[in-house]
Amino acid sequence: MKRIESEAELAEVVAGANGALRVKGGGTRDVGAPVVGEVLEVGISGVTLYEPGSLTMVVGAGTPVAEIDAVLAAEGQRLAFEPMDHRVLLGTTGAPTIGGAVAANVSGPRRIQAGAARDFTLGARFVDGQGRIVKNGGRVMKNVTGYDLVKLMAGSWGTLGVLTEVSLKVQARPETEATLVAEGLDPRAGVAKLSAALGSPFDVTGAAHEVGGRTLVRIEGLTDQVAYRTGALMDGVLAGFERIEGDASADVWAGIRDVAPLAAAEGAVWKVSVTPGDGPALLEALGDRVQGALMDWGGGLIWLRVPERGNCAAGVLREAVAKVGGHATLVRASAETRAQVPVFQPQPAPIAALSRQLKAKFDPRGILNPGLMGV
Amino acid sequence: MQMPQPREELLAAKDRIVARLEEVLPDDAVISDEIELKAYECDALSAYRCPPLCAVLPASTEEVAAVMKVCHEAGVPVVPRGAGTSLAGGALPTADSVILGVARLNEVLETDYDNRFIRVQSGRTNLSVTGAVEADGFFYAPDPSSQLACAIAGNIAMNSGGAHCLKYGVTTNNLLGVTMVMADGEVVEIGGPYLDAGGLDLLGLVCGSEGQLGIVTEATLRILAKPEGARPVLIGFSSNVVAGACVSDIIKTGIVPVAIEFMDRPCIEATEAFVHAGYPDCEALLIIEVEGSDAEIEDQLSRIVAIAERHDPVEIRESASAEESAKIWLGRKSAFGAMGQINDYMCLDGTIPVSELPHVLERIGELSEHYGLRVGNVFHAGDGNMHPLILYNANEPGQLEKCEAMGADILRLCVEVGGCLTGEHGVGVEKRELMETQYAPADLDIQMAVKDVFDPGWLLNPAKVFPLEVSASRRA
Ligand SMILES: Cc1cc2nc3c(=O)[nH]c(=O)nc-3n(C[C@H](O)[C@H](O)[C@H](O)COP(=O)(O)OP(=O)(O)OC[C@H]3O[C@@H](n4cnc5c(N)ncnc54)[C@H](O)[C@@H]3O)c2cc1C
Repeated sequence: MKRIESEAELAEVVAGANGALRVKGGGTRDVGAPVVGEVLEVGISGVTLYEPGSLTMVVGAGTPVAEIDAVLAAEGQRLAFEPMDHRVLLGTTGAPTIGGAVAANVSGPRRIQAGAARDFTLGARFVDGQGRIVKNGGRVMKNVTGYDLVKLMAGSWGTLGVLTEVSLKVQARPETEATLVAEGLDPRAGVAKLSAALGSPFDVTGAAHEVGGRTLVRIEGLTDQVAYRTGALMDGVLAGFERIEGDASADVWAGIRDVAPLAAAEGAVWKVSVTPGDGPALLEALGDRVQGALMDWGGGLIWLRVPERGNCAAGVLREAVAKVGGHATLVRASAETRAQVPVFQPQPAPIAALSRQLKAKFDPRGILNPGLMGV
Repeated sequence: MQMPQPREELLAAKDRIVARLEEVLPDDAVISDEIELKAYECDALSAYRCPPLCAVLPASTEEVAAVMKVCHEAGVPVVPRGAGTSLAGGALPTADSVILGVARLNEVLETDYDNRFIRVQSGRTNLSVTGAVEADGFFYAPDPSSQLACAIAGNIAMNSGGAHCLKYGVTTNNLLGVTMVMADGEVVEIGGPYLDAGGLDLLGLVCGSEGQLGIVTEATLRILAKPEGARPVLIGFSSNVVAGACVSDIIKTGIVPVAIEFMDRPCIEATEAFVHAGYPDCEALLIIEVEGSDAEIEDQLSRIVAIAERHDPVEIRESASAEESAKIWLGRKSAFGAMGQINDYMCLDGTIPVSELPHVLERIGELSEHYGLRVGNVFHAGDGNMHPLILYNANEPGQLEKCEAMGADILRLCVEVGGCLTGEHGVGVEKRELMETQYAPADLDIQMAVKDVFDPGWLLNPAKVFPLEVSASRRA
């Protein structure tokens, strides 16, 4: 294993590599087909620029998310995209880094209102597969200068380049938050409530349904505003819901963010993205293969736990997803299973071809996390 | 500004190319008459003009695919065109190119309120997307000032923004999927009404690629529920510096205005003379809009006013009614038109860190004096996206060149302070030769490698975005 603390050194190591490299940030997001290769740990760490008045921050890709959270909290700000902490679900150890969160495009419940990691990454520096240092985007909130490679890097899981630095758009922490809760709704009823809330003018920032458990809607903002909006929802489309506030509300969403309800029991866990309306039918199609499910993003993000047997229901699931449009990722499973079952949704031929060709341009020798995404 | 020499063999083959296109398209969809082609010789950057070989107006994805197959076979460059409102020359043709206009692709294909998306053909205008869902209480958030005219196709190509993107983001943040015809005529679907990509984020790559990766024919867009209401406050200041500081202070607090717009004295004076909006006589003003119920608006505006009062405002005008709101917005919305009344202008679009606003405004003032050209500043201050409007007289020899030189200096300044060449208008031909001030050779090379993947023959809008010399070997 090599731990690397500067971009120049990283460029040299990648250029001189004569075999596969396994790119690692904090090592907490062990997702994708297992990669065989020398571990390259990106330890380029630290906040290099932070301007609260411009809502921007530039950080080394190896900076722990916790450190960023602390720096932001001191100024009353936060990461808007609420990245999931994969340690809870995957049982991994280590400190999640911002580079890993961006490379995996990891976003939490607020994705539905504020956007994903990819939407809050304003710029990036990375080392490509030939050891070339590349920058794209910048540190300003609006930038359309040239192609947006930042979006491409976000969610490329280190297969196109090794991130060394990212610039982020950050967000002011709201004065307060509250969550409206109901128990005992089935997925159809639950998603219908979430859709109604998201279709209201009240700027819902979290909308989740625990299958077999609670249905949850979050409002954040100024104190009077949150009181008014939750009140209006309870008087209207969310009649019968109850309000919880403060830390209790925050805890609910930390749990949803980290998929805590599915974490404890054994089994493979899928992450499925469809339109919210397609979610309940998908669950029905899978029937009792599903041992636990959590719906976030208004119902459009479905976490599913199935027995870790055979292909973990990949066949039925992917067929059902392909029919309605969307994708399914096998986030939690043993390395052996992930070596057999394609972790990422297989792409239609022309898209797969484009992805393969992009990989060949960014990493002609195919040494960066080879095979991780299946391309 | 230079464009590549048109290829003689293509100019000579015009009749044959037109005939082939006529074979695959309905009769009235191919325009080859020289007079009619004048309509396609430029976009809103009208200083540069050149009629194309011909123009086609396909009405379906299949027709677009057929056109692309013909052009691919014949090796003819294709310049996609939406409504032609680009301020960067993005839709400027070359004499040997075919303009592919999507104006006839303007249907709404699907609206889904439960899942909050709309699917439209890409030639539909931005405002008419909101128009299609407004009665049901929804809207499409990105709102370029040109929204009455500009097409979703152009918005996607340029990753356009608008006054309200401080809160709602720009096009890329609201785009869920596209149907796209590749350079060789193959049709691909990228994304859909669900969130995020299953593999590499090709959608993010296509958005903002200025028509160089494929022809977008359909788009799935996120729609949002309309807020209960919205109202602005107008605040006048005695200097640009103070107004800039006020912007920073507001952003730092927990309030998220949907818009923070900035106008400086030359712009205020021009709009006053043009539309008599009744703006205060001051050096700089901010228009800050917030959303919500009446009480929520009151709450937010009073907090904003409290911050503004720490910056010695010359005047504070809180809107109390729809009429007052309209009056406050009137000047801002007419600003470009008002400047156009005075003279020809070039509108720049560099973005800078918000903290650099005062410094950059001061430097622009100095450059204005140095070049002897007047500048008005009107822009989206919340996100640092400047729009200096440089006034010049196109009929006076040498003035355009002077204006271009001054524009380049301003953009270099934007990059120097940590910003970028363009925040929402795109590179097009206008900022093409300046790309090297922002990007090193390796940065540009890998972007061009992306184009190599999507369009190996460099037929799609080839003379844009990358400095001509840098892309020369690929375009050969
Ligand atoms: C008065 C005025 C105000 C403006 N205000 C704003 C503003 O507030 N914010 C902002 O962001 N912009 C603004 N603009 C700029 C302009 O309106 C935007 O860039 C707009 O998105 C262009 O859309 P269009 O349909 O006119 O595209 P066009 O000008 O026709 O083309 C723009 C680019 O898109 C490409 N293109 C067109 N159709 C396709 C397609 N189907 N597939 C692939 N590529 C395609 C073209 O090749 C070209 O590169 C303004 C312009 C004017 C004149």
